[in-house]
Amino acid sequence: MSLASPTAPPVLDIAGGATPALATPDAFVPSRGFWGQVGSKLLRDPVAMIAACVILTIVLVAVFSPWITPMDPYRGSMLRRLRPIGDSTYLLGSDELGRDMLSRLMLGGRLSLFIGVTPVILAFVIGSGIGILAGYVGGWLNTVLMRTVDVFFAFPSVLLAIALSGALGAGIFNSIVSLTCVFVPQIARVAESVTTQIRSRDYVDAARLSGASTFTILRVQVLGNVLGPIFVYATSLISVSMILASGLSFLGLGVKPPEPEWGLMLNTLRTAIYVNPLVAALPGLAIFIVSISFNLFSDGLRSAMEVKA
Amino acid sequence: MLSFILQRLLTVTPVAIGVSIVCFLLVHLAPGDPLSAILPVDATQETIDAMRTAYGYDKPLPVQYVLWLWHVLHGDLGISIATGRPVVQEVGRAVVNSLILAFVATLIGFTFGTFFGFVAGYFRNSVLDRAASAISVFGVSVPHYWLGMVLVIVFSAQLGWLPPTGAGPDGSGNWRPDLDHLRYIILPAVTMSVIPMGVIARTIRALVGDILAQDFVGALRAKGMSEFGVFKHVVKNAAPTALAIMGLQLGYLLGGSILIETVFAWPGTGFLLNAAIFQRDLPLLQGSILVLAMFFVALNLIVDVVQTALDPRIERG
Amino acid sequence: MSTLTGAVPTDRDRGGPGQPLLTVEGLVKHFPVKKGLGGKKAVVRAVDGVDFGILKGETLGIVGESGCGKSTTARLIMGLIAHDKGDLLFDGERIGSRALPLREFRAQTQMVFQDSYSSLNPRMTIEGSIAFGPQVHGVPKRQAIERARSLLARVGLEPARFAARYPHELSGGQRQRVNIARALALEPRLVVLDEAVSALDKSVEAQVLNLLMDLKQEFNLTYLFISHDLNVVRFICDRVAVMYLGQVVEIGPADTVLANPAHPYTAALLSSMPSMDPDARTQVAPLAGDPPNPIDPPPGCRFHPRCTLVEEVCRSVVPPLDPVDPLHRVACLARQPGSGHSLAPMMTVAA
Repeated sequence: MSLASPTAPPVLDIAGGATPALATPDAFVPSRGFWGQVGSKLLRDPVAMIAACVILTIVLVAVFSPWITPMDPYRGSMLRRLRPIGDSTYLLGSDELGRDMLSRLMLGGRLSLFIGVTPVILAFVIGSGIGILAGYVGGWLNTVLMRTVDVFFAFPSVLLAIALSGALGAGIFNSIVSLTCVFVPQIARVAESVTTQIRSRDYVDAARLSGASTFTILRVQVLGNVLGPIFVYATSLISVSMILASGLSFLGLGVKPPEPEWGLMLNTLRTAIYVNPLVAALPGLAIFIVSISFNLFSDGLRSAMEVKA
Repeated sequence: MLSFILQRLLTVTPVAIGVSIVCFLLVHLAPGDPLSAILPVDATQETIDAMRTAYGYDKPLPVQYVLWLWHVLHGDLGISIATGRPVVQEVGRAVVNSLILAFVATLIGFTFGTFFGFVAGYFRNSVLDRAASAISVFGVSVPHYWLGMVLVIVFSAQLGWLPPTGAGPDGSGNWRPDLDHLRYIILPAVTMSVIPMGVIARTIRALVGDILAQDFVGALRAKGMSEFGVFKHVVKNAAPTALAIMGLQLGYLLGGSILIETVFAWPGTGFLLNAAIFQRDLPLLQGSILVLAMFFVALNLIVDVVQTALDPRIERG
Repeated sequence: MSTLTGAVPTDRDRGGPGQPLLTVEGLVKHFPVKKGLGGKKAVVRAVDGVDFGILKGETLGIVGESGCGKSTTARLIMGLIAHDKGDLLFDGERIGSRALPLREFRAQTQMVFQDSYSSLNPRMTIEGSIAFGPQVHGVPKRQAIERARSLLARVGLEPARFAARYPHELSGGQRQRVNIARALALEPRLVVLDEAVSALDKSVEAQVLNLLMDLKQEFNLTYLFISHDLNVVRFICDRVAVMYLGQVVEIGPADTVLANPAHPYTAALLSSMPSMDPDARTQVAPLAGDPPNPIDPPPGCRFHPRCTLVEEVCRSVVPPLDPVDPLHRVACLARQPGSGHSLAPMMTVAA
C-alpha cells in the first residue's frame, strides 16, 4: 500500500467532473478603487458638498487675505470706533479701535485656521505613528505606549489644553504644542484599535507567510487599511481644535494683539456688547461656521466610507 | 461585584499616578525657574539659591516628585503665591461652585438631550429626526464661549431679564439655592448644557435605533404589548449607557468650564485657573488641575462601576 | 500553463520519496490566561504534545470539534505563532535552522484560511494580492502580475473579468479560489488548508474540492487538510488524524479510521454525523455535552468524562498513542494490550 500516491476518493454525492466555469454571468464592469467609491458617494451628499464649499471659500479668502482685504486691518481710527454693520465705509462695521471688521475677519481666518488645523495635522502624523506601532507590534511596547496614552485621557481635553498652554505661557507656538498634545493620545487610541483589528486579519498572516518583511507588510497591507478610518477621525477633531485654539486666544493664551485672530477679536470686543452687539458677535459666528462645516463634512466622509460588501 | 470594584481600582491606580506626574511636571514645563514669579527681578544669586533650597528645587526631580506627592496625599497642595492662602482652601471653595454649575448644566443637557435623542431614534428619518440631528450638530459645533456672549447680549444687554455675570446679587463667591441666586445660574448653565445636549442626543438616537431594530422588540410587539410597554423596555435597555454618558459629561464640563466661567465671571475652578495663569501662580495652577483631573478619574471609575452594576450584559470579571 | 507546471523544481526534494515532507514531534503550545483578581496564572493547553508526519504527495486530514487545537496546530506549523516545545522538521531539516531558515520554509509551504473575505486585503485588486508574494521574493512586477493572471485562469477565474476586481465584488467561492491561487503563486510543496472549504455552500464546496484535487496532481502538492466535516475529509484525505483537547487520539488511513474507528471518540464523531442510509445507522451513542475546559483538562485519558467505555483505570492512566496495526495508531486503554482495561486485547508475545 502506497500512501504517497493519492488513492481514488470514495464516492461522495457531489457534482464532480472538471473544474466548472463560473456560475455567475455578470457583465464586466471596471472596478473603482475604494477611494473612487468614497469620492463619488461624497459628491452625491449635498450637505457634505455645501460644507466643503464653505470650507474651501473660507480657506481661499484666508490664504489670499493680505492681497484682497478692502482696508488695512491694522489701521484704526479713534473717531470711527464700533461702527454698525452696513456702514458706508465699513461693510461689517468697525471694532473697538476703529479697525475694519471685514478686513480683520478675512485676515483673522488665516491665524484661526492655522492654529486650529496645524495641531490636528501634527497629531495625525504623531498619533498614527504611535498607534500603528503599538497596534502592530503589540506586547510590552503596546502596554507602555497605551498606558501613557491613558494618562492623558484622564484629563478632559479643554483642561489639558489650558493646563499645558497655561504652564508654557502665551503664544502661537505654545498653543499649537498644547493642542497637539491634546489630540495625539486621542488619535493614537483610534489608530491602535484599528491597527489591532487589521493585524488579526488573515491577509496580514498571509503576507507574513509570503516572507514579506514587517516594513513591507505595514506599508503595503496595513497602512492603506488603517489610514482611512484614522483620517476620518482626525477630520472630526478639526472642529474641536478650531474651537479650542480660538478659545485659548480668547483667554489670552494664544495669539497676541494686535494680530487679528477670531478668538482674540471676540475677547477684545466683549466690552462692546452693550454698544454694538452684532459686531461683537461676528468673530464667534465665523468660528461657528467653520466648525460646523468641518463637522458636517466629516460626518459625510464617515458615512461615505461605510462601504462594505 | 466587590472583586470587580477592587480590580477597577487596581487598573485606575497607575493612571492616577500618571496624572499626578503630569501635574507635577507642569510646573517644570513653565519657562524659566518656578521661583521667578515670586522672586524680585534684582534678587542676588545668594537669595535665589537660598530660596531654591527652601523650596526643595535643588533636589533631583524624582525626589522632588516624591516629596510633593507626600504632601499632596496629606492634603497639602502648597501655598498660593498670589493670595498667600493654602491652595486647598482656594480650590475647595471654587470646586463647590463649579460642581453646582456643572451639575445643573448636565441636568438640563441630559433632559433635553434624552428627549431629542428619543424622538429622533423613534421617528428615524422624519422631520423631527432631522431637527434633533441639527440640534446635536449645533451643540457639538458651537464655540460655547461665543454662545455665552450671544445669550448675554440677548437676555442681559437687550432684554435686561437676567444678570450678565457673577454668582449672586451680593457679588459674593458663594452660590446658594434661592431665587435671587437662581437668576444668576440660568445663563451659564444653559450655555454649558449645549455641549452634553448634543452628545447625549446623538448617542441616545443611535442607541434607540439599535434597540428598536433588535428582534426582541419585534417579539414584544408581536405578543401584543402596547407601544408604551415597548417604550418602557427601550428605556430600560438604553438607561445604563445614557447614565454612563451623563456621568462622563459631568466630568468634561467640570474640567472644561474655564471658558464659560470666564465669560460669566462665575467664581469656580475655571475662573481660579484663569487667575492663576495670569498671575503665574504655579502652585495654584498645579493644584487646581490636579484636583480637577482626579475628579475626572474618580468619576470615570464610578461610572464604570455603576454601569456594570446596572447592565447585566457586562461581565464582572 | 506549462510555465507553471514545469516550475516545480525536483531538486528541492532532499530526502527522497520515503522521507516525510513534514514531521511534527511533541508540539506544545500553551496560551497564558489571567484568572481573577490575584492573577492566578493559568494556561490554555491549546496544543499539548502532538506528533504526526505528512508523507510526500499525500493528503493528511486533521479532524476534531472546534477548540480541539487543529487550527492552532496549523498556525504553529506555519510559524505564525511560536511553539513552546517540540520539533518541526521539513523534509528532514529543522524549520528555522541554518539549513532551512523560516523564510525559505515559507516559500515552500503556504496556507489557505477559512474566512475568504478576511484573508484578502480589501484595498487590493485580486491580481495584486496574488502577485504580492512573488514580488516580495524579487519577481518583477510585470511578471508577477502575469503569473497571477495565469493562476487565476487555472483556478477557474477568467483573468480579463476578475484580475482587476476587489474582494468585495466576488462571491465566497470565487474569493476562496483567489486564496488558493495566492497560495500557489509561491510554488509551494506543502499547502495547509485550514477549514478552507468550511464556509462555502455545499455545491461550491464540491467544486473547490475538485479543484484542489486537480491542482494537487498538476503541481505535485502535499496537503494538510484541516476540517470538522468528516464527509469532506473522507472525500479528499489519504490519512486522517483525530484531535481531542490538544492531542492526537487516533491516526491512520482515512478508509480504516472512518470505517472502523478504534477510538471511542472517533466512533462518537462518526455516529453524530447524519447518515443518508437508514441501514448504516450506528448504535454508538453520539457525543454528549461540550468538551471539557482546556485550561484544566481531566486527568488520565482526557476523553474519559464523555466516554462510553470508561473504567476506573481511564481516570488515572494517560493512554499512549500506540499502533493497533502498522499504519493505524490509537490512544485508548481499551485497545491497548495489558492496560488494565477490561476490553483491552490480550498481550501478544511476539509482535
